Amino acid sequence: MTRTPLGSESSGPALANGNGAHLNKADLPSPLLGSCPLPIFDHKNIVLGHGSGGKLSAELIEKIFLPAFANPILDRLDDQAVFDVEGARLAFTTDAFVVTPIFFPGGDIGRLAVNGTVNDLAMSGARPMYLAAAFILEEGLPAEDLRRVVNSMGEAAREAGVQLVAGDTKVVNRGKGDQIFITTTGIGLIERPVSISASRARPGDRILLSGYVGDHGMAIMSQRENLEFEGAIASDCAPLHGLVSAMLDACAGEEDAIHCLRDPTRGGVATTLNEIAAQSHAGMLLREPSIPVRDSVRGACEILGLDPLYVANEGKLLAIVAAEAADAVLAGMRRHPLGADARVIGEVVSGHPGMVRMETLVGGSRILDVMFGEQLPRIC
Amino acid sequence: MKYLDEYRDGRVARKIVDEIHRAQTQPWVIMEVCGGQTHSIVKNGIDHLLPPGVELVHGPGCPVCVTPLEMIDKAHAIARRPDVIFCSFGDMLRVPGSNGDLFTIKSEGGEVRVVYSPLDCVKIARANPQKQVVFFAIGFETTSPANAMLAWRAKKEGLTNLSLLVSHVLVPPALEAILQSPDNRVQGFLGPGHVCAVVGYEDYEPISARFHVPIVITGFEPLDILQGTLLTIRQLEAGEARVENEYSRILDRHGNTAAQSLVMQVFEVVDRRWRGIGTIPMSGYRLRPEFREHDAEQRFNVAEIDTLEPEICISGQILRGIRKPKDCPAFGTLCTPQRPLGATMVSAEGACAAYYAYGRHLQPAPPVDVPVHALGGAA
Repeated sequence: MTRTPLGSESSGPALANGNGAHLNKADLPSPLLGSCPLPIFDHKNIVLGHGSGGKLSAELIEKIFLPAFANPILDRLDDQAVFDVEGARLAFTTDAFVVTPIFFPGGDIGRLAVNGTVNDLAMSGARPMYLAAAFILEEGLPAEDLRRVVNSMGEAAREAGVQLVAGDTKVVNRGKGDQIFITTTGIGLIERPVSISASRARPGDRILLSGYVGDHGMAIMSQRENLEFEGAIASDCAPLHGLVSAMLDACAGEEDAIHCLRDPTRGGVATTLNEIAAQSHAGMLLREPSIPVRDSVRGACEILGLDPLYVANEGKLLAIVAAEAADAVLAGMRRHPLGADARVIGEVVSGHPGMVRMETLVGGSRILDVMFGEQLPRIC
Repeated sequence: MKYLDEYRDGRVARKIVDEIHRAQTQPWVIMEVCGGQTHSIVKNGIDHLLPPGVELVHGPGCPVCVTPLEMIDKAHAIARRPDVIFCSFGDMLRVPGSNGDLFTIKSEGGEVRVVYSPLDCVKIARANPQKQVVFFAIGFETTSPANAMLAWRAKKEGLTNLSLLVSHVLVPPALEAILQSPDNRVQGFLGPGHVCAVVGYEDYEPISARFHVPIVITGFEPLDILQGTLLTIRQLEAGEARVENEYSRILDRHGNTAAQSLVMQVFEVVDRRWRGIGTIPMSGYRLRPEFREHDAEQRFNVAEIDTLEPEICISGQILRGIRKPKDCPAFGTLCTPQRPLGATMVSAEGACAAYYAYGRHLQPAPPVDVPVHALGGAA
């Protein structure tokens, strides 16, 4: 919880490079390190990968946002801010949604916008309470599409037990947006004695996954690529605070045993576990056979040359739980409909801190690295 | 899942690994030719299952890696033009040229599109008659039929706004170049399964005989790789050298003759430059004269672009199996997937990228990662 804001980067790299030429930290003679207050950001323009949730996104945050905004609450770099107001412990977060197509099997951009923010709150152990929503609409968007999206948001909010209590709308010229962009901001109340953070993974902890991975990302990709599979892949988009509540009930009195919670959205399970490993300075060891992937998702990934462990989920969570509480928490998850397929997929280890290693199906071993930018389909 | 699970079965894998351990009595150096095989080896950790005496070295069969820098620069020069929609397979987007990559060009306003099939370009060309649509036709024999079909359709349908930037290479001349090199260490090959699915493996028989080297045409699933390795070791231990087909569920000796006939209608064999290796005689394709009007190199006048490669990068030696990624002083420091110096670090099929992504923990002192985290969560 007391991580240095920017890790070793904050006092580190130097040489602001106006023309954006490539300069690596390793290129610099060491006396230069720490001599300049401006971190290097060596892209002249924003590229798509800066929004991928991978290494480029992290670079953007560390080198552009954090230097401007740095404060102790933000610097924890969890998916939500947690702070006390007049004795109440609150969770607060915001999230922007730009998905294409806006309607997809299993959901739409509105349902996603509600559940995405609800889930970021839920991952702190909070009970999500109120949301605000901002809409950026492109001139020419069919009013019926907007009505469908907004009705879906209302329905998702009712299902999640939250209220949408504030909002804003802007319209941009045709071609200046892509149909509809939605930003939701949410606030929740942390009522239980939890201490959940991505920096709390400890050797010996068990890694729990709530169900099948890759459904959301492949539902979207199959729509985009017009792939038709036997049995369409549906997004897993769902609010997860009920599942979190069931997990906390299962270890009531020992809620502290749940060390980290994250929903593996952009960048998938592999990137999320890497984030936790880095923030906790701990290693992770996964067992590939125990990670559930639907046949339809595996098939689509094979065709498109993607790895399901890097594909986005919108209704799954990863929990890092103290070993002695793992069985109880897992049983609690399985009793909840959204955790019926939950399982232990590995454990936190003391070796290779900051890295995620996986024992493969055939008994080999590989490192699961952070995704760099966009996941790219392979040529053959 | 049918046709996948049976080739990823851990119990069968252990049996084959045991057989490899029993069969091998002396050190052997085996090259897997294809980038897809390299990818499977590191993704499944197969290299760690083999006895220490069996060394797998990574061949030149990553199409992205061997595309020469000057061809990348030509692609970028074309993609920067405001009148062009530039279409490419996904993993070419991150290959650095002398001045950024296709992602950079996209962020600067260039219209760059990822296609899964070359034939997607026909639709794009029809829908954008005011634009020039260019497809970056790279790859080995594997992608040549689909690329040839694109040129054929462009000509047949009179799509004057559709052209191909062709950088096609062929496997057998590269194997001969490796075997003729005075530094050669390779004693056996896992042959390229998907290449041979198109062209068959007759052309590999004279190479096997002339250099007395076993070539086992091998698939891409973990059990394929293990079985191919076992068959190669058995030949090596017995002093034999012939072409064997491990991938018989997919291919036979003659390959896909319909595809071959289309390829020969559209392409002709020429000398080609390979990134990191240099020019290999008669090692690639270009469009035949009757398809020249769809040749992007001619249309956009980029033929004079010629670029040298960074000196520190040893990707050429890696592609020939002489050195391994971890032998490179720049590996993991100056050269990473974020800042690739050479193309073997770029494509997921590249040996360096594969080592970096999956094998770093085996390095004596892995570089300390920049802590990674994201402010946001969903989509």
